[in-house]
Amino acid sequence: MRHLILLIFLILPMAVFAVEPDEILQDSVLEQRAREISKELRCVVCQNQDIDSSNAGVARDLRILVRERLVAGDSDEEVINYVHSRYGDYVLMRPPFNLSTAALWLAPFVLALSALLIGWSVLSASRRRKTAAGLSAAEEDEVARFIEQNKVSKET
Amino acid sequence: MTRALALIPLLIAVVFGGFFLWGLNPDRDPNDIPSVLISQQAPEFTLMDVEGLATPSFARTDLVGNQGPVIVNVFASWCVPCRAEHAVLTQLVEREGQRLFGINYKDKPEDAVRWLTELGNPYEMIGADSTGRAGIEWGISGVPETFIVGSDGTVLYRYVGPVVGDDAVKKFREALDQAGAMEIEAGG
Repeated sequence: MRHLILLIFLILPMAVFAVEPDEILQDSVLEQRAREISKELRCVVCQNQDIDSSNAGVARDLRILVRERLVAGDSDEEVINYVHSRYGDYVLMRPPFNLSTAALWLAPFVLALSALLIGWSVLSASRRRKTAAGLSAAEEDEVARFIEQNKVSKET
Repeated sequence: MTRALALIPLLIAVVFGGFFLWGLNPDRDPNDIPSVLISQQAPEFTLMDVEGLATPSFARTDLVGNQGPVIVNVFASWCVPCRAEHAVLTQLVEREGQRLFGINYKDKPEDAVRWLTELGNPYEMIGADSTGRAGIEWGISGVPETFIVGSDGTVLYRYVGPVVGDDAVKKFREALDQAGAMEIEAGG
């Protein structure tokens, strides 16, 4: 029981949000949309954190801005575009695919593919070595010639 | 084939080594976020007058159609590096005749007035951004930040952090020269 309580108190802080009460919208549908959008936007000062979970001043300003745009009737996409046009690709948690982000998006696939290729070639090479018991035609020829030669030299 | 495979560890070492070398480069700043504003028109923004300050506020129109490039500096009285940067900016204005506009970011007017009275006011115009909304329009991530705006209202340069120290001042002055040089080319 005591362990359970300890566990609850350990987990509890992780579930606490950065969103402050005065930011939350009355309209729960809009608020839900705002939360979803906030999770897509990166905080520009505390990198690799979305603005929904960041306590930074700029993150708070952006959260308020997102809610204002939503109240003004913007669609989710319009709100994200609004912030994107001011802060660039960096502000999106999922940056768009373009020339400068191609390496970012493609690297995992390229690496996985090359790992598979290397693994496959190593495995197939070792398998070939095991099964390579027979001789090639040229080697067979050479052996036959050698035996023939020996026979001839023995006879003389 | 097997011999080629033996080179793979070397190849991996070279790739990783190159990556580490790139990462250890002291000139590389991982916190540096490229600005989308560069070579774009200055954004629309609204600033309020700083209460109790004679210097008027400004808008986007004040940045367009000037003789040469102008400097837009985002500052606050609570920002410690701004204090150091203030001397550099004052020098740029007083010795080189640069034109300086200030965005007073999330500051109390009385603090801003006290700060400017104490250190001097090199700003031609100062607007108050009490909510940080104009800051978002400019895409700033903190204070201080300094922009150079060309005479046609194009943002030419952005410096994140205080323009303090020889390297920073040199970089900034180069950008100013370039902005001025481009201006002469366009005019001639």
